[in-house]
Amino acid sequence: MSIPADLRYTPEHEWVSIEGTSASVGITEYAASQLGDVVFISMPAVGATVTAGEPCGEVESVKSVSDLYSPVDGEVIEVNADLESDPALVNAEPYAAWLFRVRVAGDAALPPDLLSAAEYEELTKSAG
Amino acid sequence: MHERLGASLTSFAGFSMPLRYTSETAEHLAVRRAAGLFDLSHMGEILVTGPDAGAALDYALVGNLSSLAPGRARYTMICAADGGVLDDLVVYRQGEGEFMVIANASNTATVYGELAARAEGHEVLVADATDEYALIAIQGPASAGILGPLTGLDLSAMKYYAGAFGDVAGRPAWVARTGYTGEDGFEIFCRPSDAEAVWEALMAAGAPAGLVPAGLAARDTLRLEAGMPLYGNELGPEVTPFEAGLGRVVKFDKPGDFVGRSALLARAAEGPRVVLAGLTMRSRRIPRHGYPVVADDADRVGTVTSGAPSPTLGVPIAMAYLEPGDHPGLAVDIRGQAAPADLTDLPFYRRST
Repeated sequence: MSIPADLRYTPEHEWVSIEGTSASVGITEYAASQLGDVVFISMPAVGATVTAGEPCGEVESVKSVSDLYSPVDGEVIEVNADLESDPALVNAEPYAAWLFRVRVAGDAALPPDLLSAAEYEELTKSAG
Repeated sequence: MHERLGASLTSFAGFSMPLRYTSETAEHLAVRRAAGLFDLSHMGEILVTGPDAGAALDYALVGNLSSLAPGRARYTMICAADGGVLDDLVVYRQGEGEFMVIANASNTATVYGELAARAEGHEVLVADATDEYALIAIQGPASAGILGPLTGLDLSAMKYYAGAFGDVAGRPAWVARTGYTGEDGFEIFCRPSDAEAVWEALMAAGAPAGLVPAGLAARDTLRLEAGMPLYGNELGPEVTPFEAGLGRVVKFDKPGDFVGRSALLARAAEGPRVVLAGLTMRSRRIPRHGYPVVADDADRVGTVTSGAPSPTLGVPIAMAYLEPGDHPGLAVDIRGQAAPADLTDLPFYRRST
């Protein structure tokens, strides 16, 4: 199970990649494999304000539905239109298939409780 | 063994069972287009044997089992005295006085207990033989072509809902043309110690034809498309076979009394209290077990029993119990939002023959 070292993670199995003031958010390979085939993603609207740790959408798989949590505070500036027609990209390439992008206020706005790759790996191991 | 194949396992009725091997959608489509191989060893096998076996089952179950010809299978149910469904069953008549009753895993103990109690006074032996059988199902249009060369049985002569003792990959087995996917296919009951050899022989023979291992997640969407009820979803002690649209399995004209007869007669006369319906969704969110079904005026008219994205149809589908009558503007309340749905005749999918 791959957990790229250059990303940060949430306990709810999102990954986040920060470039300047833009944060790309996706779900981890572990989450995708636990969910099974993802069939629909309810995204936050472009322009919406999201809050770290708060639900901002839903991920529906064949067998279950899960809340999608924002890892960061900010404004949604883009959602991945490719996932509208092919949500299973999340299963095929979980770290390429970003879900949405958020404009964050800067490094200072990053929540301190985001996990490193090592910490996230620990969490998935203890979850079995 | 399944963990070696990369299966994602789920705990089900005390068994560790494969939920999916790779992608449940790909497994589902493989069964529709080629074939899938399922390990269903969790299912219960109860043997009912003796000179009165047919008569005992006629009393214990709602169907007419004494009329079943040896070598044939029948879908039937076991009901409580009040008509509520205790389980749905497939019964094979393996010989004149030999029947094998297949129960859902979580109900095997109940079914065994009821059959033993209801057999009192009959010259018959009831035995829970679940531990003596593994069950491997090969399902899909390519199934006969894959299984045929591995068995001495003449599959072309085996009708749907028939079965015979024979061999698969040199191992003794009861092979039946039955299944729970809406496709042609076979169910192979063999000794647990032979199961891995049978599985591997089928995979080796079938892989070139597109056979893939398939898990319980694909099995659930396959049976839903085929409009087949699942115990715990569409069936349970709170409904009779009539609510589930399966009143035809209740045989009032068979000889003698049977458990549930008077309650079921009354229900047949007064009509079902709810009706099992098919729903096709107009949007992409998935209706799931327990979600409310509402009509135009936001009145609740029913409850979803099973729902999933249909890989064959490309839209979410569901089965639901609805109050009898017309319900304009049907919708499923999906976590607070009304998602419009269209009534659809069951089954959603029927194979072309």
